[in-house]
Amino acid sequence: MHPAFSVIFLTTLIGVGQGLFLALYTGQLYSVVKVLPVQDSPGFYGVGSLIAVAFLIAGLFASFFHLGHPERAWRSAARWRTSWLSREVIVLPAFTGMVALYGLVHYSGLNPVLFTFRETFQVDLSLLIGAVATLLAFTLFLCTGMIYACIKFLQEWATPLTVVNYTLLGSASGFTLATAFAAWHGSGLTSFYGGWAILLTVLAFVTRVAALIRNARIRHKSSLQTAIGVRHVRIEQKSQGFMAGSFNTREFFHGAPTTVFRLIKWTFLVLVFPVPVFLLAIGLGAQAAVVFLAAFAVQYLGLIAERWFFFAQSNHPQNLYYQTV
Amino acid sequence: MKQLALVIDLNVCVGCHACVTSCKEWNTSGTAGYLADMNPFGKDPTGTFFNRVMTFEVGEFPNTETVHFPKSCLHCEDPPCVPVCPTGASYKRDEDGIVLVDYDKCIGCKYCSWACPYGVRELDEHQKVMKKCTLCVDRIYDESLPEAERKPACVLACPTSARLFGDVNDPDSEAATAIRERGGYQLMPEWGTKPANHYLPRRRTRITIHEDELVRADNPLKKERQLPMPDKDEQTLDDVTSW
Repeated sequence: MHPAFSVIFLTTLIGVGQGLFLALYTGQLYSVVKVLPVQDSPGFYGVGSLIAVAFLIAGLFASFFHLGHPERAWRSAARWRTSWLSREVIVLPAFTGMVALYGLVHYSGLNPVLFTFRETFQVDLSLLIGAVATLLAFTLFLCTGMIYACIKFLQEWATPLTVVNYTLLGSASGFTLATAFAAWHGSGLTSFYGGWAILLTVLAFVTRVAALIRNARIRHKSSLQTAIGVRHVRIEQKSQGFMAGSFNTREFFHGAPTTVFRLIKWTFLVLVFPVPVFLLAIGLGAQAAVVFLAAFAVQYLGLIAERWFFFAQSNHPQNLYYQTV
Repeated sequence: MKQLALVIDLNVCVGCHACVTSCKEWNTSGTAGYLADMNPFGKDPTGTFFNRVMTFEVGEFPNTETVHFPKSCLHCEDPPCVPVCPTGASYKRDEDGIVLVDYDKCIGCKYCSWACPYGVRELDEHQKVMKKCTLCVDRIYDESLPEAERKPACVLACPTSARLFGDVNDPDSEAATAIRERGGYQLMPEWGTKPANHYLPRRRTRITIHEDELVRADNPLKKERQLPMPDKDEQTLDDVTSW
């Protein structure tokens, strides 16, 4: 497939936003059960949510560049019963709205305690909003992943690993950003987030490499024989019927030379996993916000390469019909 | 349930592209807008087509066969492109099974083209919407046309009658009969899309001629012996006149 930068930015940016929100909410949840220190609401959760919302809106903004008719984008909420894309279109703004509300409740201080659980744990409004938003965050990961995983003949994508990778890679990058944010804010959550960021990055490494191994061993069900229905071992295309370009020759081929293709694979394997883990570990030792920020920047750059490779690696069966001019 | 479709006979298709040009001509002139050709005379021309003809070589030289292979939307009975459409612009008609795109609802997200294993949906560079074969839906029901012309443009244009059009679910139709009797098959059956368009396979054409069939054994002149028996190689009256 041809990797479109609009979709690359959409999926990576909202992944960061989702991960960052999950980090914030995890921190709050831990502080409610008194495992972690309570953070100051406006400064930490308010600003943190604002950053998450900024990433989500940037992702949404990027997605419009993918459309031929962005002004009709509202129509895409119509077919949520059958289309994962439609579901994503509904869940993304809903999630963004809930995160904004979560941040607003924290920032404004309009955060009444709803009830007290076992007379120790205070459940306030933000915790409830955060729970809904958490549910939406995971639903959004599911929708984004399923957009690709549900197309069964794009065999590189049609695996549960696609959803798992979207979830883990998004969470890992979000937690890395949360680490940098916590360090910058000077809160005591830096080590907590840093530890989770490393753990999630390692987990994502395992599942992403699992997907790479799976895809390297894939046997494509479609062949020239099934494509044109001629049973002969040797079929060669002599002409695709036109010499100019077409949608079919652009949209489904990445067009990069093999060396570049391989280079990008190794680039993302290095930039998304070992380098950020290394930087996070250094940062945790030195407690330096700038190192965490560097870890996030490197990981995000790596994720762009990862997403490019994710698209480029997928082999569409229609390519069988367009093998030679 | 009615399912209109094309049945394409690969045995007689000569790869002349008449179906491609007539399709383009008809569908670029309709009320739904033209099929854009960008930079037609420039460096990197590109255009939207509903139908394209590919050519494949089967076998090892010198025992090869050239297969010309026209490909347009197959109007699947279980079209994978329809459920993925987020807006409902892509739909399959209940009354005749034609898969269509509502150009006014399409947002041009290209997701349906990803979800079609056959690569028959093309984004129109000018209108920025997804386009595909309509089976000439604006023609086949047009009562101002003579009945014989209420067929897709490609079918009418085909000089070798390689394209049959009809209801594949009606066992008496020409299309269904051809599928049944001439081994019609579907493309990429492994994906369960149940394409309505079928292809008729190449057939080996061989005639057996016996020795006595080469001689004019039934020549009445020879039979009645009115003239001396002519030589085998000599011309007979049959060659120069017709009774």
